[in-house]
Amino acid sequence: MYRQTEIIKEAVPGSNGETGEFTINVGPQHPATHGVLHLVITLSGETIKKVEPHLGYIHRSIEKMCESLTYRQFIYVTSRMDYLSSHINNHACALCVEKGMQIEVPPRARVIRVLMDELTRIASHELWWGAMAMDLGAFTPFFHAFRERESINDIMEETCGARLTMNYMVPGGVMQDIHPNFQKRVKEFIRLYKRKIDEYDELVTGNIIFQNRMKGVGVLTPEDAVSYGCSGPVTRGSGVSSDIRKLYPYEIYDKLEFDEVLETGGDSFARYLVRIREMQQSIRIIEQLIDQIPEGDFQAKTKAVLKLPKGEFYTRVETARGELGVYIVSEGGTTPYRIKFRSPGFSNLSVLDHIARGSKIGDLVAMMGTLDLVIPDIDR
Amino acid sequence: MFIVKYIKDVWGAIASLATGMKRTLYYFTHHKEIITQEYPDNRDSLVMAERFKGEVVMPHDEKNEHRCTGCTACELACPNGTIKVITKFDISPEGKKKKAIDKLVYHLELCTMCNLCVEACPSDAIKMAQTFEHSVYDRKQLTKILNHPGSKIMEGVE
Repeated sequence: MYRQTEIIKEAVPGSNGETGEFTINVGPQHPATHGVLHLVITLSGETIKKVEPHLGYIHRSIEKMCESLTYRQFIYVTSRMDYLSSHINNHACALCVEKGMQIEVPPRARVIRVLMDELTRIASHELWWGAMAMDLGAFTPFFHAFRERESINDIMEETCGARLTMNYMVPGGVMQDIHPNFQKRVKEFIRLYKRKIDEYDELVTGNIIFQNRMKGVGVLTPEDAVSYGCSGPVTRGSGVSSDIRKLYPYEIYDKLEFDEVLETGGDSFARYLVRIREMQQSIRIIEQLIDQIPEGDFQAKTKAVLKLPKGEFYTRVETARGELGVYIVSEGGTTPYRIKFRSPGFSNLSVLDHIARGSKIGDLVAMMGTLDLVIPDIDR
Repeated sequence: MFIVKYIKDVWGAIASLATGMKRTLYYFTHHKEIITQEYPDNRDSLVMAERFKGEVVMPHDEKNEHRCTGCTACELACPNGTIKVITKFDISPEGKKKKAIDKLVYHLELCTMCNLCVEACPSDAIKMAQTFEHSVYDRKQLTKILNHPGSKIMEGVE
């Protein structure tokens, strides 16, 4: 709370931090919140005193819905939480069911899953990059980002049959084998992407206006990042190692060569750089795996009706936004007794009030953009 | 030195703008890089991916026969209650009762295209079609009966 007193007194001469306050609402329908997020902002002049997120506009009670669905059925609902990394959400749920049932996933399915996860991560970061630049006033990057994202969506459409909510992961493997064109299309995408990635740096990263709006804005210290429970690129921008793929490897991530991207700045620009460089690491993972897909089954043989043994199961994966945990309590029946999702977006949003205090209202969009909020993931 | 920083910033902004404009000019002169599809106009030539999940259909052959046995596996697999199988009993020529479908009601408005019903079907009676223009004026039109009138089960499908 050190910021509340000193900076505000400095910004508004003669005020003791109490007078001249007013409240404005950003959202629920606002182009920069990317969803139905409602922020109640207390301002003193141009300086932000408090940001209070109001949630619940898109609450669909997904956790409760999952309790009435069987272990095969509930996976599709989780695509609707964080719709930009729906594959990875499905992956987390499938992993949790497999952990409970002790299903051995065939190696081919593992490789396909990791490939799809990384493609999803690139697609998600692409959308974030375009939307982020658009929030800060650059309109063209949005189209550039969507052009590359479109090729990923086409790959997904060909293999999984859908572009956004694929429901491709099933307990025990993947739903269908990869399309015969899959490897060719992914290699084409990598070629295209490597040619275009320089454009990103040229247009946005190197732009002096963009840098001035991002550098030193929304500084999050490593201690705060840990104590607020942030995860994903938000913590890694502050220099805290938090990549679940490295720390608690699942599937085949322990055998892959990739770097955990870390920046020490802690400001919006550091978080921006983490995501840009993470896309390149994802490309690196895909390049390692695309020619190495082992032969064999794409799905383990499972019983027609899945019944988890009595107990509690928890798995975590690294989505494009951070750590997603799936916690299932089973009573031994065909449906879960209780499901809890630990979504990355909620913890990352909670830090917004902390980093926004004392800064100008014009910088709020830059901070919100680099937290990469997906509102259905926060509300569930 | 405020004035030096000011001039540097202005120069940097102009340089950034020039870089952006260079990119714009590049795309202005390279028409092959443009990937825009003019959707309603290219409807005739538009090819959807063969696995695209548009809606559930039941294929019938030329003799108006389908492969559905009425086992209700799809109904049980569906997470939303999209499919409702209404069965009847056919009397075979030998006088035996045989279970068959009367109607397979499919609510397109409830369907999330998750493909679980197609996966669950033991006799490959239903599949996903590549249609995607589902808008209609009345929601009653979205409730469909998948088996054609007068159709019966194919020989040899149990």
